[in-house]
Amino acid sequence: MADSAGARNPERIEIALAGNPNAGKTTLFNRLTGANQHVGNYPGVTVEKKEGLCSFDGVTVSVVDLPGTYSLTAYSEEEVVARDYLVRNRPQAVVNIVDASNLERNLYLTCQLLELGLPVVLALNMIDVARDRGIEVNVEKLGRILGVRVVPLVARRGEGVREVLAAAVAEARDPSPPRSRPVSYGDDLDRAILNLAGLVEEKGILAGTYPPAWLAMKLLEGDKRVHEQVRDAVRDAAVLETIEQAVSSLAAHLSATLDSTPEAVIADHRYGFVRSVVRQGVMVRLSDEDRIYASDRIDRVVTHRVAGPVIMLAILFALYQFTFTWSEAPVAWLGAGFDWLAETAGDLLPDGHLRSLLVSGIIRGVGGVFGFVPIIMFMFFGIAILEDSGYLARVAFMMDRVFRTFGLHGSSVMSFIISGGIAGGCAVPGVLATRTLRSPRERMATLLTTPFMNCGAKMPVLALLISAFFTTGKARMMLFLTMISWAGALLVARLLRSTILKGLPTPFVMELPPYRVPTLRGLLLHTWERTRDYLRKAGSVILAASILIWATMTFPSLPAAEKMAFAEKRQAVMAAAGIGDAAQEALPAAVREEIARINAEEGEAALEYSIAGRVGRALERLSRLSGFDWRTNIALMGGVAAKEIIISTLGTAYSLGELNAGEDQPLAEALKNSPGWNRVSAFSLILFVMFYSPCLATVACIIRESGSWRWGAFAMGFNTLFAFLLSCLVYQAGMFLGLG
Amino acid sequence: MSARKILLRNMARDQAGTVSAVKVGGDLGLRIREMGIVPGARIKVQGRAPLYDPVAVKVMGAVVSLRNNEADYIEVEVEDG
Repeated sequence: MADSAGARNPERIEIALAGNPNAGKTTLFNRLTGANQHVGNYPGVTVEKKEGLCSFDGVTVSVVDLPGTYSLTAYSEEEVVARDYLVRNRPQAVVNIVDASNLERNLYLTCQLLELGLPVVLALNMIDVARDRGIEVNVEKLGRILGVRVVPLVARRGEGVREVLAAAVAEARDPSPPRSRPVSYGDDLDRAILNLAGLVEEKGILAGTYPPAWLAMKLLEGDKRVHEQVRDAVRDAAVLETIEQAVSSLAAHLSATLDSTPEAVIADHRYGFVRSVVRQGVMVRLSDEDRIYASDRIDRVVTHRVAGPVIMLAILFALYQFTFTWSEAPVAWLGAGFDWLAETAGDLLPDGHLRSLLVSGIIRGVGGVFGFVPIIMFMFFGIAILEDSGYLARVAFMMDRVFRTFGLHGSSVMSFIISGGIAGGCAVPGVLATRTLRSPRERMATLLTTPFMNCGAKMPVLALLISAFFTTGKARMMLFLTMISWAGALLVARLLRSTILKGLPTPFVMELPPYRVPTLRGLLLHTWERTRDYLRKAGSVILAASILIWATMTFPSLPAAEKMAFAEKRQAVMAAAGIGDAAQEALPAAVREEIARINAEEGEAALEYSIAGRVGRALERLSRLSGFDWRTNIALMGGVAAKEIIISTLGTAYSLGELNAGEDQPLAEALKNSPGWNRVSAFSLILFVMFYSPCLATVACIIRESGSWRWGAFAMGFNTLFAFLLSCLVYQAGMFLGLG
Repeated sequence: MSARKILLRNMARDQAGTVSAVKVGGDLGLRIREMGIVPGARIKVQGRAPLYDPVAVKVMGAVVSLRNNEADYIEVEVEDG
């Protein structure tokens, strides 16, 4: 019955890809599914879930790319996700990608897949690299010893991809159950497992979810998650008692006899098994094991005590140059495009709230997000090169000692750089990049301090204030500010890690992958995925926020009497020039200027009258301590929605009409000539802008990544308070010393 | 040729040996083991970060980095040359 149904309906097979990080899993996944991918999240966690479809021999194959893991313990979210997926969904074939040049370490995971009794197909990747290194793998023998299908593969070049798919489909169609390979963990453990598995089977504990022997092994290993599951599933206290008894008596016995723990003994025996497999002639090493490979030679230079940091700075600087030089033109095109759109909409619609909402609220707000897309894309592309080539892991390696001092992790460096650590990134992807960090505490500390970096949206504000008030070179001042942002971020991280995020550092045990030339395909995919993340998250929030901000700056509108007064002024100007009010297009330049000035004045008055204006005024008493007047306050409030808004709002508040990016020269002049402004208040504002509340898009990402809105609220409140205290201190000290 | 046991922290660059014990359990112990640093594995110090910490070692064909205070749990049998 089932067979004939299968013949009529198109057959569908589900396979999963599992393997160590850097084994080429993603490359194979992309080769298999091409553009036919869907990226989502596993429920409740931030681990990405990638699915894709491909077809083979008339069969639709659904491929799930599991997160790269070294093991199936409960050490990290990724491992738990991979394990749960394999256990719950029981894919019809598990393609285990194995790096042939690093066979022993990779087979450790294979061993655990086999323990679970999964239908494993080994994809022996990078056999070309292995061969170059003088490692010959006997494919046929490996398959025979492990009892699985083994397919040689060079995923980068697409060689063997069809064969892997064929083997997976064959495995899925194979009616005989996968041969489970019992690995011996030594007499003590084997006996304990056998006894406990007997109990598990007898009581039917989690039957159908886990194989009894595997469950017993995990219980003895002290796997936290499995213990939780068993506690939830077993109602009988006596049974739980027996299990706990078995676990603790084995632990005590191993501690007394071997001075070791069950999990250590199990791990050591797994490697013993792997070694025994490899030594049966599966792998032949034709060259000296200590041979120095090209990758090692690069490391000698690139992580050298002196040359290493110098090269790192040079590379980061090159990334910065690349991003900003190459994105200049597309940013300008996009800017021009949005200006044109705003103008067209402005011309087509009648004067009123609708036009104002569309032009000032929506187009400007969305334009603010899209305007940055080229910069972000180039930045991501550059970072993808560093990441895919293996260099980023070296940066983490070199920086760890410094970052650890501040309670962070070497890998935090990546988030800081993306967020603007070399000036001009974006905190949204920076926050998303904290996913690579394993420890929750270091991750939170990075998450909360990474918005302190000078992102691309803060840059124009800083540049404006520098050019208006400081004669020192702009580049030198920018470098100085970048250093301040790093110092601030690191010190605050230290503060957080010794107060609300107290805890021991996470292990830094990580692999430094061999250097590889990245594939263009991989780079483009990486870039696209991250950009899409940015657009999706930032786009929706910024749209809502810009409408909200627009509303607070528009309502309530000026009372009719005041509006009338401005209208009368305009008419007076026209009348003086002897022009009737209908003939607008023929206005002489002097009159047009005069009218624009009156319009701008009206804009300022309207802004002051609006909710935002009133709040800005109300806050003035407090903000005076830092040297900010109500105009600055409104701009800063707008900046919470998106830092891009700061300059345009300042423009309105200073009666300059709405300013487009790059047209801020009049604003610089206006600020310079305003009585409330001087070098001290400008520097105070620079500091405030650098450190105060992250923009709403970033806050939304912080909430998402931390799993709680409280952290988002904390970031807004704490950062603003920190920035205020800092700018207060600087302003008061500067004024006291007479530097203004 | 005499063999002696020293801690990984005290190994010099390019010095090689065989792991004789990993004296830590828990998450760190598991993590160290799953990266291939298990008794019997050949290990070679590949280099150190500019501030002398962390250390990079070659084990089972891969380069693995760990901090000095983590390397303190790893005992290596080295051959005196």
